[in-house]
Amino acid sequence: MDMKVAKKKLGLKEKYRTMTRDLGWEPSYHSKDELFPYVGYEGIKIHDWDKWEDPFRLTMDAYWKYQAEKERKFYAIIDAHAQNNGHLNLTDARYLSALKIFLQAISPGEYAAHRGFARVGREFPGVGPQVACQMQAIDEIRHAQTQVHAMSNYNRYYNGFHAFADQRDRIWYTSVARSFFDDSMSAGPFEFMIAIGFSFEYVLTNLLFVPFMSGAAYNGDMATVTFGFSAQSDEARHMTLGLEVIKFILEQDPDNLPIVQNWIDKWFWRGFRVLGLVSTMMDYMLPKRVMSWREAWEIYGVENGGALFKDLARYGITPPKGWDDAGKAIDHMSHQFMLGLYQWSFGTAFHAWIPSDDDMRWLSAKYPDTFDTYYRPRWEHIKKMAAAGTPFKNYGLAKLCQTCQLPCVFTEPDDPTLTCHRETDYKEHKYHFCSDGCQHVFENEPEKYIQAWLPMPQLFQDPVNGDLGEWMKWVSLLDGKDNGDYADSEDKKNFEVWRGLATTNQ
Amino acid sequence: MQIDLRTVAIEPQRQAFDHLVRRFGNKPASRYQEGSYDIQAAENLHYRPTWDPDHQLYDASLTRIVMADWYALKDPRQFYYSTYTLTRARQQENAEANFSFVESRGLADMLPEALRATTLAVLLPLRHAAWGANQNNTFVCGYGYGVVFTQPCMYHAMDNLGIAQYLSRLGLLLGDTEALDAAKRDWMDSPAWQPLRRYVEDCMACRDPFELFVAQNLALDGLLYPLIYERIVDQHLSVQGGSAVAMLTQFMSDWFDETRKWIDAVIKVAAAESDANRALLEGWTRHWSARAASALLPVAELALGAQADEAMAEQLAAFKARAAKAGLTL
Ligand SMILES: [Fe+2]
Ligand SMILES: [Fe+2]
Ligand SMILES: [Zn+2]
Repeated sequence: MDMKVAKKKLGLKEKYRTMTRDLGWEPSYHSKDELFPYVGYEGIKIHDWDKWEDPFRLTMDAYWKYQAEKERKFYAIIDAHAQNNGHLNLTDARYLSALKIFLQAISPGEYAAHRGFARVGREFPGVGPQVACQMQAIDEIRHAQTQVHAMSNYNRYYNGFHAFADQRDRIWYTSVARSFFDDSMSAGPFEFMIAIGFSFEYVLTNLLFVPFMSGAAYNGDMATVTFGFSAQSDEARHMTLGLEVIKFILEQDPDNLPIVQNWIDKWFWRGFRVLGLVSTMMDYMLPKRVMSWREAWEIYGVENGGALFKDLARYGITPPKGWDDAGKAIDHMSHQFMLGLYQWSFGTAFHAWIPSDDDMRWLSAKYPDTFDTYYRPRWEHIKKMAAAGTPFKNYGLAKLCQTCQLPCVFTEPDDPTLTCHRETDYKEHKYHFCSDGCQHVFENEPEKYIQAWLPMPQLFQDPVNGDLGEWMKWVSLLDGKDNGDYADSEDKKNFEVWRGLATTNQ
Repeated sequence: MQIDLRTVAIEPQRQAFDHLVRRFGNKPASRYQEGSYDIQAAENLHYRPTWDPDHQLYDASLTRIVMADWYALKDPRQFYYSTYTLTRARQQENAEANFSFVESRGLADMLPEALRATTLAVLLPLRHAAWGANQNNTFVCGYGYGVVFTQPCMYHAMDNLGIAQYLSRLGLLLGDTEALDAAKRDWMDSPAWQPLRRYVEDCMACRDPFELFVAQNLALDGLLYPLIYERIVDQHLSVQGGSAVAMLTQFMSDWFDETRKWIDAVIKVAAAESDANRALLEGWTRHWSARAASALLPVAELALGAQADEAMAEQLAAFKARAAKAGLTL
């Protein structure tokens, strides 16, 4: 009988190394440059990929097991929700505008993140970051799918959901989110990680998901609450990955600092502009509100963001360049954007509406310095026009910012009576911007941003040729059903009838 | 907020999302369809990639295969994230049970020494090959076109990683960390493994996602899995008292049986699309499978010795028949 020597017991960390990092090897039949061709051109210097600290340790067997449990629960709940007409539990059908924007603009971003992480999961020449990125890649397709599945039942009963795939590519306001994700994916692997892994997942996700999910809970939308909760533990992993990435890059070489700082400045501002949509959902679109955009910003922006940048200061990182301008915009952005959405609501596949007296009282209380002074008078005016039978519609084309693609409806940081507008001449063309932040982003990479597909000029090209009806057809917008004021909508009428049926004995 | 709702029947306003009605008619769509078709951005892509300015962000011309509709390459398993993870979760439970069966009965210690040595010599370096497969499938997911084609490649990549991890566990169970280190040295330096490592690295240098799909999933794994797990583990090692090893690799055998159906379906549809596609696929398959066979031969010899040639010939014949069913004449 042979002498059995007791085997070395591997610690958790070593065991995980064995299961991941030890799998890789130094290639010798091809150069590393040939196998990992995209990792050098951004100028980031990595000397030792082995210094990467795994942000979480999850082998595939454990991943399958945990994720399957969550999947079972998720689908059980949304099946029940669909079967029991769970949609009639909503506060009212105004709430659905927020969901429609989510499906048209945010869920496609989940898919984009899936593909982006698959690419970097292949392009980084280190097994540690590759595996972490691949896990995020598979998580993100999960998010895209659970969202589509959760909203599928709403599509059966309400307008505005049915053409999300067409509208992702064609309608004007989705290009805000689309261009954001396209921008990150067309960047190099390191910038992608700072853009999505760090800036979006770590700095901004809480501002998007926490208010959104609590809004869903407050307004009786169990389907959305369920996908939110189900994604939470994935997001926790994504956040630790985002933080590890930035620390790893900064610790590898001091020359990386200015490059990373520049990306943080850029992606903070890009992300902040995308969140303009969220501010409007929070302050206007939730029939029952959770907290104001201002309050969310205090908690998730000022407090959490402040702590994060304090932590990163030891690497020489400073808060993003647009931080102060963002702070100044907080009390204005949701109002400015909702006013815009109302006047262009003939061109949106969701409804807008005039806030009720009650809503306006809430807005005055939450925005004591701005609402009554600047925005209530405009809403009162719009209300009068609607009452007179001449609702306010702006058929003029919004001028879109070349960078963030939002209409230029925002005001000067230090003067809320003056619309902010910036211009840059580049190669004999004039480009327009909503803010200094967006202008800086453009001027750092003009060759990239002149390529942006702008939905407004498209109106005058084939097959639309300036015809509004043709445009609606092209973006799969059903006039009189998907668009316009909620007050006159089918969604409102149907919801009230159905709810009446379900809550009375008629 | 939960109010008491009477059960009422409400007529739905529509059956499915527009893009699914256009594809499948006016009827409710399956969750596979909802989660897979047309969810990749298709138009008005904003910026060219800075890493490859000659192409679009999603670009079907990254491969030489041409499809009128990339969504024709349907996965017959209809895997979307949920069905995929539920399936693998069941399989991992099974694998876990097998590992603890072998562990709790001390079956690993009862393996004859020569058999243990052969097992480690043949199986352990394959964890690196599986990691190569992971990177290649991640690549196809990243740069391929159309969700029904790219999505299963991501699942496949994670499976490849899972297999590399099961092989690592097998190594730790039958050997020790030294066994893994020795296997890595073999992978790097031993002449028996160099053709295979060269093959894997050549794949990693290939940036046509569909050719890579053929080289990795059809040609290499189409020969490697039946050769290693059926011919060598299930037959050759088992008859010598190594059925414990077969228990530890059951995941791989089951996985190969399942995934080949998907791979064949993709090849079959792509080949049927046009003569040009078929010619390309035949050329790629001929080239890569011939290389894979000669790369695997010295590995097979580690276990089968003089019988390796014959075993390889059988595998090649079976592979040819499989390709023929998918529409490729080799
Ligand atoms: Fe996500
Ligand atoms: Fe995420
Ligand atoms: Zn802008």
